[in-house]
Amino acid sequence: MRGWMTAAVGVAAALAMTACSKPAGKTAAGPGSTELRIYNWSDYIDPALLTQFTKETGIKVTYDTFDSNEVLETKVLQGDTGYDIVVPSNHNVPRYITAGAIEPLDKGQLPGLDKLSPDVVKHMEPFDPGQKYSVPYMQGTIGIGYNVDAVAKRLPGVRIDSWAVVFDPANLARLKDCGVYFLDASEDMYAVALNYLGKDPNSKVPADYEAATALLLKARPYVKKFHSSEYIDALANGDICVAIGYSGDVLQARTRAEEAKNGIKLAYVVPKEGSQVWFDVFTIPKGAPHADAAHRFIAFMLRPEIIARASNFTQYANANSAATPLVDAAVRDDPNVYPNAELSKRLFVTTTKDQGLLRDVNRQWTKVLTGR
Amino acid sequence: MRRARSGLAAILPGLWLAIFFAFPFLLVAKLSASDSALAIPPYTPRIDWSQGLAGVRAFFAALDGETYVRLTRDSLYVDAWLSSLRIAAIAAGLLLLVGYPIAYGVARCPPRLRQALVMAVILPFWTSFLIRIYAWIAILKPAGVLNGLLAAVGLPPVDILNTEAAVLLGLVYAYLPFMVLPLYAVLERQDESLIEAAQDLGCTPLQAFWRVTFPLSLPGAAAGALLCFIPMAGEFVIPDLLGGSETLMLGRVIWTEFFANRDWPAASAVAIVLLATLVIPILLFERQQAKVTR
Repeated sequence: MRGWMTAAVGVAAALAMTACSKPAGKTAAGPGSTELRIYNWSDYIDPALLTQFTKETGIKVTYDTFDSNEVLETKVLQGDTGYDIVVPSNHNVPRYITAGAIEPLDKGQLPGLDKLSPDVVKHMEPFDPGQKYSVPYMQGTIGIGYNVDAVAKRLPGVRIDSWAVVFDPANLARLKDCGVYFLDASEDMYAVALNYLGKDPNSKVPADYEAATALLLKARPYVKKFHSSEYIDALANGDICVAIGYSGDVLQARTRAEEAKNGIKLAYVVPKEGSQVWFDVFTIPKGAPHADAAHRFIAFMLRPEIIARASNFTQYANANSAATPLVDAAVRDDPNVYPNAELSKRLFVTTTKDQGLLRDVNRQWTKVLTGR
Repeated sequence: MRRARSGLAAILPGLWLAIFFAFPFLLVAKLSASDSALAIPPYTPRIDWSQGLAGVRAFFAALDGETYVRLTRDSLYVDAWLSSLRIAAIAAGLLLLVGYPIAYGVARCPPRLRQALVMAVILPFWTSFLIRIYAWIAILKPAGVLNGLLAAVGLPPVDILNTEAAVLLGLVYAYLPFMVLPLYAVLERQDESLIEAAQDLGCTPLQAFWRVTFPLSLPGAAAGALLCFIPMAGEFVIPDLLGGSETLMLGRVIWTEFFANRDWPAASAVAIVLLATLVIPILLFERQQAKVTR
């Protein structure tokens, strides 16, 4: 018996050694790929646009989704994901660039780049200097999504315009019975919590994060679940009445509730203390097997009439100035989607954290999640 | 000829073990001794083959146990480990309570019916595991099936989704066949004349069960409990979908290390510790048991 055990370990060791030295990623296929694999946020595209892209180009699209930057980055840093387009948020892009995880874009294949909003391009500059690696897709904010009637019943006379609604235990105690969800996204949650406490949302001071942890720990007993996408359906079905969520996701929940005609009225608010604005960008991961098709898709999404339809569906603002007049008036004129000048003043961008700070922040977030 | 065949018979399981257990295990062990880095893949060191043997030597020199030291500095890992064992132990106990009567009932049925009943125990496997767990969400959610039924009979609603109770329910449901089948295998093989003998010697049916059937079925109960306990302690999907944020389990800790911290070495170290503290003692115990029976 002992004999084959030793042999087994030997074989395994040999296999492990070879696996340590995997050759570099596959080279891109020649022009004329007939396939494209996209990895994007959940509920973040109008399926009709994918059909149209396939009809126009003959390129078959495989479309997978994720619901957190953490999951995306882990997959991409594994290498050889097989995806041709991935869509990280602004503050993660520098990490991808440092890791050599994304390829520079061939701007010659991207007519329409000039239609991007100068504002958004300026916002992205610190993250992707010279716009070498990324093309902005949509932008959104973090705010409070709530069931208008259920919250009014529990907090009579309270204006729902402050983070205090979801961070003050006195308010939460009255909302607990109808269900409160928080995002399970440590960086996003700390950014808004720090901002609510009057501290720098991009603080590098550990004590600031400890103060935010204390705030979140006081709120935790009233939070039903920490999750980054389940709140869409939960709000729409009336299973919960308040969620910290992403703007377009809450507005999609509102649309779903309207379509279901279940009598649930949802609203979204960016609290007066201010909040995070983020940009999701198209990038091409290193070793993408169909980089040419990826460029064609990004060029397709840069067309104003196309990206306008995308915004109508997702209820997120796109980064294309030429598309704004083409977006449905109801979406375009909603300051929750297209922040007006007054709202823009209250919005901030999250910067990139180094590995040490990221670890500390996530450890504190685990404490918030588990109470330990 | 005969010897060659038995040699082959030993190589096959050995090869299986090498490819599907020892190899991945060594990979994970190696990872746990690495350092995380912002690169593809996100850890160092990697073997530099261009340096030949020196590269290999440098690779091994760069491996260390630093990650394990880090695990001891934070009580979170110990808490999560204890909490995982506690939840798995409670679930294994519940599984015994639920699974035993089922296995016993099936084993006492006429043979033709048994086949169908065993089939019924396995049948849920024909649906995707994920779909079955999502179905529990639909049943347990506040406006779900369970509360609808409770309201229909005039009982107050219960809100157990995202609590430990829901996790235990999910675990018992998902692992039930793994408890019932080993128990059934033991009970079904039991010689009924033993019961007759016990009753001839003055036992009531209940006494006969406690003094004959139950002790003889213990190996099946132990096998079922172990078969369930080990994967349940490392379970991720069920606590993630049905549990609340305070349901602390190692599966979740590994997820956080791997995804949120992008720290593969720490995730690997936690996985190795789980394996070393669960599987190895259990294997040693099994071996000891095997010696005793011999």
